[in-house]
Amino acid sequence: MPVIKSLDDLKRIREEALKKQALKSTSGKTEIIVGMGTVGIAAGARETLKAILDFVDHNNLENIIIRQTGNIGIDSFEPVVQVILPNAEKVTYGRVTPEIAKIIMEEHVVKGNVCTDYIVEG
Amino acid sequence: MRELCLHILDLAANSVIAGADRISISIDENLKDDALTIEIVDNGKGMSPELVKNITDPFVTSRTERKVGLGIPLLKFAAEACEGWLTIKSEIGKGTHVTVRFQHSHIDRMPLGNIPDTLLTLLIGTPQINWVFSVKKNDKEFFFDDTELKKELDGISLTEPEVIRFIRSFIDEGIREVQN
Repeated sequence: MPVIKSLDDLKRIREEALKKQALKSTSGKTEIIVGMGTVGIAAGARETLKAILDFVDHNNLENIIIRQTGNIGIDSFEPVVQVILPNAEKVTYGRVTPEIAKIIMEEHVVKGNVCTDYIVEG
Repeated sequence: MRELCLHILDLAANSVIAGADRISISIDENLKDDALTIEIVDNGKGMSPELVKNITDPFVTSRTERKVGLGIPLLKFAAEACEGWLTIKSEIGKGTHVTVRFQHSHIDRMPLGNIPDTLLTLLIGTPQINWVFSVKKNDKEFFFDDTELKKELDGISLTEPEVIRFIRSFIDEGIREVQN
């Protein structure tokens, strides 16, 4: 059964993650929130979230929290993605296609530069 | 929405908003009966009989940001256009059970869409929920309850890259096996 082998894999992944955590400073985590209400989903939020997960996976980004939330209330800007760097204000991006999501991950999440072109003015 | 999986995401989001901490999703393709059945069961706060009666009306919603809710009416309409139906059983304080059935071979039936991506999105995007997935095709089933996974991870985030890779390959393989 693949399940049992999988559990062993999980134990290994967990131990490695714990080791890495021990080495890291307490710089805090970056939070990425994707709006997944009806409108967000219809506008393609699942593909946007997938692009973010793929980016995290391919670039081995650690200490990132990705979560989804319901309707944020700005339907015409869906899919909406919010990024909160440690000790920084929340930045809200609108009409985030998978391609734009990649740009935001690269520029904002990795390098710390807010992508002003895609910001939704609150 | 162009895929049934997007409707599943939408219904699951309703369950999360209803305060559920355990949500089961089952997708059952039964070619012998020419039926495609999707069920979503949650233990959220439930709805009053009155709201259940009205929930398929696009002008009824419990949400406060906007006055119109279209998720369930759209899905019900799509099912009924395919010789199918949608039912909602709900009890205040106990939870809600939505079942939607389509004639599998119906020409107007939406494609199921990307099941692995959908389940991954739910699992990683809302880690506070105990997810239970069942994907069936005829006599084969992929069943997954994330309790053991989370116990094993013991506080390690689901969004750690290695964990994402692990869950993705686990779900991909499981579902591929069912569908072949």
